[in-house]
Amino acid sequence: MTRQFKLTYKFTIIILAILAAMGIGSIILLAIGADVTKTYLVILLEPLKSTLQISEVLLRAIPLSIIALGISVAYRSGIINIGAEGQMMMGILGTTMVALSLPTLPKIILIPLAILTGALFGGLWGFIAGVLRAKLGVSELLSTVMLNYIAAQFYTFMLRGPFLDPAEKTLGGAGTPQSMRLTKNLWLTRFIPRTRLHTGLFIALALAVLIYLLLWKTDFGYKMRASGASGRAARYGGISVGWYLVVSMVISGAFAGIAGAIEVAGVHRRALEGITAGYGFSGIVVALFGGLSPIGIIPASFFFGLLIVGSDMTQRLVGVPANMINVLQGIIILVIVSTKMILADPYLMERVWRWYQRHCKTKPEVEA
Amino acid sequence: MQKITSLRMEHITKQFPGTLACDDITFSVGEGEILALVGENGAGKTTLMNILMGLYQSDEGRILINGEEVRFRNPNDAFSAGLGMVHQQYMLIANMTVVENIALGYKEAWSPVKLDLAKVRARIVEISEKYGLAVDPDAYIWQLSVGEQQRVELVKTLCLGARFLILDEPTSALTPQETDELIVLLKRMKSELSIIFISHKLQEVKNLCDKLLILRHGAVVFEGETADHSMGDIAALMTGHEVELPVNKEEACNGTVVLDIRNLDVQSDRGFLALDGFNLSIRCGEIVGLAGVSGNGQRELAEAINGLRKVERGEILFYGEDIANKSPHHIIESGMGYIPEERNTEGIVPAFSLKENLILKDTERDEFSAHHFLKNKAIEANATDLRVKFDIRSPNTSVAAGSLSGGNIQKVILAREISRRPKFLLAVYPIRGLDLGAAEFIHKQLLEKRREGIGILLISEELDEILDLSDRVAVIFKGKIQQVLERKDANRRTLGILMAGVHDDQTV
Repeated sequence: MTRQFKLTYKFTIIILAILAAMGIGSIILLAIGADVTKTYLVILLEPLKSTLQISEVLLRAIPLSIIALGISVAYRSGIINIGAEGQMMMGILGTTMVALSLPTLPKIILIPLAILTGALFGGLWGFIAGVLRAKLGVSELLSTVMLNYIAAQFYTFMLRGPFLDPAEKTLGGAGTPQSMRLTKNLWLTRFIPRTRLHTGLFIALALAVLIYLLLWKTDFGYKMRASGASGRAARYGGISVGWYLVVSMVISGAFAGIAGAIEVAGVHRRALEGITAGYGFSGIVVALFGGLSPIGIIPASFFFGLLIVGSDMTQRLVGVPANMINVLQGIIILVIVSTKMILADPYLMERVWRWYQRHCKTKPEVEA
Repeated sequence: MQKITSLRMEHITKQFPGTLACDDITFSVGEGEILALVGENGAGKTTLMNILMGLYQSDEGRILINGEEVRFRNPNDAFSAGLGMVHQQYMLIANMTVVENIALGYKEAWSPVKLDLAKVRARIVEISEKYGLAVDPDAYIWQLSVGEQQRVELVKTLCLGARFLILDEPTSALTPQETDELIVLLKRMKSELSIIFISHKLQEVKNLCDKLLILRHGAVVFEGETADHSMGDIAALMTGHEVELPVNKEEACNGTVVLDIRNLDVQSDRGFLALDGFNLSIRCGEIVGLAGVSGNGQRELAEAINGLRKVERGEILFYGEDIANKSPHHIIESGMGYIPEERNTEGIVPAFSLKENLILKDTERDEFSAHHFLKNKAIEANATDLRVKFDIRSPNTSVAAGSLSGGNIQKVILAREISRRPKFLLAVYPIRGLDLGAAEFIHKQLLEKRREGIGILLISEELDEILDLSDRVAVIFKGKIQQVLERKDANRRTLGILMAGVHDDQTV
């Protein structure tokens, strides 16, 4: 098989995949009477047209990537964490608690303390699911989803009760369930003027490096991956699989907690409803989409940030409802995931190669 | 249903990425014939048979049944033509019972609204009585030993009405008696149907088969009458060189007892006592062969020794320390080496690379990590070294271990276990399903370790393997030791009788 053929083959499949995704999407856009070309241009290019827009994309990518990193650790260790949404809420509560009770601490102490408390709270939430699975064999799919419900209610309770902004309780307040504006000492620096992009970006990148080192460069990561890849062989090799399940779930929850802490400290500067914004679930897709490795998760989270911002803009610029853009996102993801499977199939490539040789013999062959 | 009087494969060629699995293979099987198909692992036997069974399509060539060309697009086509295959890897669903597994393919029991399990059960009873293949229809597959699973496969194929049998190493899990019985049975069956018999065991091939087809590197190297050639000739044709399995001829050493198992009770997955007052002791520098039909407690024994299964009662003294119910990690650290029965799923992490698998038990050791960071260079060097020493055939040290052939996977496990310098070695069915070359290599390694003074417990069903290697032979039956024999007192007959559960003193 020639190198030239291989490249052409892969390129053709990618082109076909893009055409397929756009084709299916077009049918849906036509059905709602939208301008197909314009919608596509807006969703994919508009968010990249200015520094402000790009910063907004990156802003979405920060929590997505941190959550996805945590999910990849759990997934690699053989446990599927669907509870990032709840773990993120717990993280937000932890951070808010620290900031509300110790507002006078200097920035250099308060920020790490608040983020670590967020990690601790999220980690605790992950720990519960991990222990239930390791000790009692409770499916993590069940426990993490249920813990999401509990966290959501607890979150609402805290925002309406203990954390409620005193100003909202007064006559002039609207009673919005949110905390008061948190101390400036918690705020992450916004390092590009007139944008909201904050230093959480560097934390996310640092965490990506950390996870890469942890999973692939340490004996600890080796054992986690072995437990996930084949629990039986890991146990045979003397690895306490159950323990690594719990640890990986704690790490996963802690990362969701950190994502929550950073969203509060970097973007909203107070705890309010809707901060999680489905990041906990999108994070699963980002993790899988990024091939469960930091190297893939970083671009994947950027791409998803792009889709989130892009769908916002189509609503405003083309009048296509953001919900429809979610449908388009779903199609794009399905197509890309299927394409990855097709590209990974050597037998198919072999068949196409032989078909090509049989039918295109007129061309002179370039043997590698 | 029409009888299959002749089957012919002509000019079969099959290319896989990177290898030519079948290279212009032609052969035929006539009425009432048994054709032996032999060759080393990776010679293309399984691929050839998968083409015959419609699992793969050949790139070139054709298949003729009773002189007419047939095309099998999928296994169902092959089934309906009357071909039935018992695969080397059992095609059984672990979470289903025997009846349910057989019902899967037994279309007569299906109707749009109901699955008639009673009908399937009746058919199983009929077949298993007719052929003397005992199976428990209500057992779950995961509860069965490898040998029992193979029996289920045989019953399944016969139940589905096969008129032409392809048996991929059918005897690798049977006792000598069962093997002899199977061979008698197959000889009787050949008046009804033709058989392709794939085996590494040349003795069986000589006993059973009329014709012989030898493959090497995907091509036919020999086709002809079995009777004209000695086993040595066949082995040499298969491997391309002379092969001789090593034999332990040395004096038994009277070293100290290193592993002493006393009154061990261990439960099976099904909840009964798989080991019931089990006693056995092994000295350093000796190989004790544990013979027995699989499913008599061997798996439970191996797992209990390695801390992978709970011990209910009794003790396992390893160099004086009771390791019963200790963690696997602790037992590994105290010097236990273990070659497990399930080499593909337990002995290696299939998705991990060759070099990663070689350090499965040693990631914490200073040699391979410092401050928890893995030393990639040392890991690579270790793999490069062991790959040569243990003749592991792989393109490089980074390939996924799961992609290697059975023999090479076993060499990876052996390399890891032996290079760790264990104080004791537990080898469970170490050459099951391996070709002669690999078996020879592994036996030599075991004898070498014995000479170095390591105690070895060899669990096997293959009496030749046990008799070749052991200093003493213990026979296990229903979780108890039947008897322990010195090598000079052990022979195929006595062992076979003991393995069937008859005490020596009961025979006349």
